[in-house]
Amino acid sequence: MQLITTMLLDGLSYASYLFIVSVGLTIIFGVMKILNVAHGAFYAWGAYGAAYTIGLASDNDWPDWAGFVLIFGSAILVGLVLGALIERVILRKMYHEEEVLIVLATFGIFLILEDVILLVFGVNPYFAYQPMALLGSIKMGGIIRDVYSLTLFGLAILVALGCWYGLNKTKWGKLLSVVIFDREISLAMGINVQMVYLVTFILGATLGALGGAYIAPTISVAPGFGIDVIVLSFAVVVIGGMGSIPGALIGSLMVGILRAIAVHKFPEFELFVIFAVMAVVLMIRPEGLFAPEKARRI
Amino acid sequence: MLATAMNDKTIRWAVIGFAILAAAGWLLPAWILNNVMFGLARGLAVLGLLVLWRTGLVSFGHALYFGLGAYAVALLEKYAGVTDVFLKFAAATLVAGICGFLLGFVLRNYRAIFFAMLSLAFSMVLYGVLVKMEVLGSTDGFSVTQNTILGWNPDGKYALFCFIILACVVALSAVQLYLKSALGYLTTAIRDNELRVEYLGYSVARAIHIKYLASACLAGAAGGAMAMALGQVDPDSMVNWTVSGELVFITIMAGAGSVVAPFIGAIVFEFIRTYAFELAPQAWQLIVGGTLLAIIFFLPGGIWSLLEKPWAKKEADNG
Repeated sequence: MQLITTMLLDGLSYASYLFIVSVGLTIIFGVMKILNVAHGAFYAWGAYGAAYTIGLASDNDWPDWAGFVLIFGSAILVGLVLGALIERVILRKMYHEEEVLIVLATFGIFLILEDVILLVFGVNPYFAYQPMALLGSIKMGGIIRDVYSLTLFGLAILVALGCWYGLNKTKWGKLLSVVIFDREISLAMGINVQMVYLVTFILGATLGALGGAYIAPTISVAPGFGIDVIVLSFAVVVIGGMGSIPGALIGSLMVGILRAIAVHKFPEFELFVIFAVMAVVLMIRPEGLFAPEKARRI
Repeated sequence: MLATAMNDKTIRWAVIGFAILAAAGWLLPAWILNNVMFGLARGLAVLGLLVLWRTGLVSFGHALYFGLGAYAVALLEKYAGVTDVFLKFAAATLVAGICGFLLGFVLRNYRAIFFAMLSLAFSMVLYGVLVKMEVLGSTDGFSVTQNTILGWNPDGKYALFCFIILACVVALSAVQLYLKSALGYLTTAIRDNELRVEYLGYSVARAIHIKYLASACLAGAAGGAMAMALGQVDPDSMVNWTVSGELVFITIMAGAGSVVAPFIGAIVFEFIRTYAFELAPQAWQLIVGGTLLAIIFFLPGGIWSLLEKPWAKKEADNG
């Protein structure tokens, strides 16, 4: 029983964190049809930004709760700066190219951003445990959990609700749906598609960075950790269906819980399980579980 | 077959080029010889990706076959004591070929990003297994120490170098002949419009399956050659998705204009890497990423498009 609870809690917190990262990826894909490999770099930058600023804050004797402000602050800053820069300077010139070529371009951006991290922050790991220490831990069903990783659920639910509300209840969300449905007609109707793309990319980048920033206090932020995340969030997004937000939710729940079971029961098969599931889903439903059906274009 | 091959201008020039390279290898210092050898081995895999890329397909999972080839070589030596390069090389190609043939039944139905992602998933499955299995060497991998040729155990790496050159010549000629065949010309047709190819009476799925099988064999052969040249196999340098990324990078950098391009691109890649690690060890990925973007924006035909023009002119002059 205790094992099951542990697995469930581990799985859920992992799923929450995967969801926050993948939802950014899936929004960008849904609107812009870009599979953004650079998403892993946004994640890493968010984590470094948070870890660095929290370290600075604690050196200057700021109160510990400032850490939370810094987490969100650095995520938004990273999303705004990197997102706007990449969309305006590089991606904007590529929309007429083949999808695969754009993937390669974002792969190039990813590699560059990874190394810029090394040049800016050096090779030593950063620790930002203050926000986690502040919240302490509680006992749940006989298991001691830190409260911080429980707040992750809350954040994931907030992000999910925010996305749902934003897409379905606001003017911006409606514009977005129109652009997703038909880019050319939206242009003809006078929608500023370039602006929609820019805002979407910044939003996606911010969510990626937020995933990294929020997870930073629980790990040691060291070079190269963006790489595993990008491949995992690909798995999530592909399983759920690229471009579908409920898909990202289901995908991250599946991957999170499967991973937790694998880690506790069959540690040899951790990566194997995730990618085997991804391969099986793709074989049965090539577009993923929740992606809308598309007509074949001749 | 041989006559047709020698009638082909590209093959003729490539054979001459490789012969000169083999002769030059005798004089080259060891580190250059090693770099060229790694480049040629990787070039085989890039040649496989070129076959796919001509149809517009990009595989982000060819490290699967690269790794299978490399591990076939290492396991054969460790558990069966096989050291002959011909046997090891054949085994690498065969194992990758069988796997590629089977997965081809699935992958031939996918295009664009889905093709890339599913290949990635398959390769990560192998990576996930290798990293955790003690029997298969886990994260440390194995070493490949002995390379004999038909019972002869040569000193140094020059003999292996010549063997890899021979493999490259054979592979390059085979791919060139394939691309010039009716099946090969379907490549561009499929890229332009699949449905029309179907209406002409060809099976697109079958044509892509053949391509996929060929590229899997080439990547397996490349992995086998790399394992022998490097003397070491491990998951991170043979099977991880970054390896697939590197292969795709070289394909784009080299350009798809000719079957010679992958080898030139791969050798250039090895030398850039050597110098980058010496001059700016922390900026390696920066250089790769920057080059990738620069090629996509300013040189869509890759390095080959720079060489192509004088080359084409010379051919025109010769009549």
